[in-house]
Amino acid sequence: MQLFWDIWPAVRLTVSLAFVTTVILLVLGTPIAWWLARSKSRWTVVVNALVALPLVLPPTVLGFYMLILLGPSGPGGWLASFWGARTLAFTFTGLVIGSVFYSLPFVVQPLRNTFAAIGKEPLEAAFSLGFDFRKAFVLVILPLARPGYLTAAVLGFAHTVGEFGVVMMIGGNIPGRTKVLSIAIFDYVEQLRWTEAHIVAFGMLIFAFFTLALTMGADRRASRLGP
Amino acid sequence: MTSAKPLILSALVALLAVPAFAQDAQIAVAANFTAAAEELGAAFAEETGQTIGFSFGATGALYTQIIQGAPFDALLSADAATPARLADEGHSDGKSIFSYAIGKLVLFSTIEGLVTGPESLEGEFANIAIAEPAAAPYGAAAIETLDALGLTETLRSKFVIGQNISQTHQFVDTGNAELGFVAYSQVIGREDGSQWLVDETLYSPITQDAILLSTDNEAAAAFLDFLRSGTGTAIIESYGYAVAE
Repeated sequence: MQLFWDIWPAVRLTVSLAFVTTVILLVLGTPIAWWLARSKSRWTVVVNALVALPLVLPPTVLGFYMLILLGPSGPGGWLASFWGARTLAFTFTGLVIGSVFYSLPFVVQPLRNTFAAIGKEPLEAAFSLGFDFRKAFVLVILPLARPGYLTAAVLGFAHTVGEFGVVMMIGGNIPGRTKVLSIAIFDYVEQLRWTEAHIVAFGMLIFAFFTLALTMGADRRASRLGP
Repeated sequence: MTSAKPLILSALVALLAVPAFAQDAQIAVAANFTAAAEELGAAFAEETGQTIGFSFGATGALYTQIIQGAPFDALLSADAATPARLADEGHSDGKSIFSYAIGKLVLFSTIEGLVTGPESLEGEFANIAIAEPAAAPYGAAAIETLDALGLTETLRSKFVIGQNISQTHQFVDTGNAELGFVAYSQVIGREDGSQWLVDETLYSPITQDAILLSTDNEAAAAFLDFLRSGTGTAIIESYGYAVAE
């Protein structure tokens, strides 16, 4: 029971961080993914590579740049000065910014694939019915893209829950504010508190497994029903 | 092009056969001693031709790695307790333990004039960086100091916690935390910013002990002896440490 209260702030923080990050990414990711799926511009190669960067970069690279950019001499510090703070590091906002970059490919890539799979026809059909783009997108494309959005949301959420390196570098390990579950496990291990480490680690293992199983189940159902 | 193949292959084999980065000993070093250890390693290599590889981290983290079988030939700890514990638990013979340095705690800021003395802790700031007290002896010393000044609870909500003293220093040096408790060795000789060398009556002495972990590594034993030599102690003192008599 004591462990539950010890770990509860980290659980709440991790879930809020993953939730906020996922919502932002679904909103930001939609136009990026749409453009990547549709545009013939040669710039898609560049943007595709930029979006995929967090897949191959060590989180320490992202963490290092974040630490500088969020700090008093970077744009983060400038932004923070509007409410009288001097840095976005060590704050929830800072973690959200870091996580948005970190989980970007996990949201944009499934959306891009979905949009590409839907093809041009449904939109053209909607136009021929006199829909404008906004109406066509909301009434035709979004319902068709629902499985893609589900995958994007689950992967974005789960990947943010699994974030470690970036938070480690910009978080400052503050209980209830920036100490997420992955950091809590690291601390337990460092302090040889094996029991606590086991319980939390096993909890995350179960969470990750069921998340992935559910997504794959949903994927299978969706591909059986067709888009 | 076929004729080039055997050449490339033999070149590859040659590369693999030469252990380019082989170290004569691998030593775990508390993060506060990073700069000093590197200079000592270079001086040692010059004198003996033997190279030492270092792994830096918080003393508590290094301890965990050692008891899990990390291949370290010696540990330069940031406290006296950890080497004693390793000896007690049978990971090494306690006879090799000696104090190589006595560390000092400093309150440091990159902001000119922000830190003047203990009163600066009651000034206006959003974040104060300390090292994780459970893993880093300098973090424990920082808490001890704040306890002595009766400020721990008042300041707790402003703490940002580095995994080791290097990350703590980095939080302060990037300006993300206005000030922080770091090791004197990290900021010695800095003309910029402001610092207060914490009154040594406020915390227990940070006696940093070394312990030999492998019995059959001559380079590691020789390096520990080098720490106690005239050249060694001069380098250690140049980083602001006191050296035990």
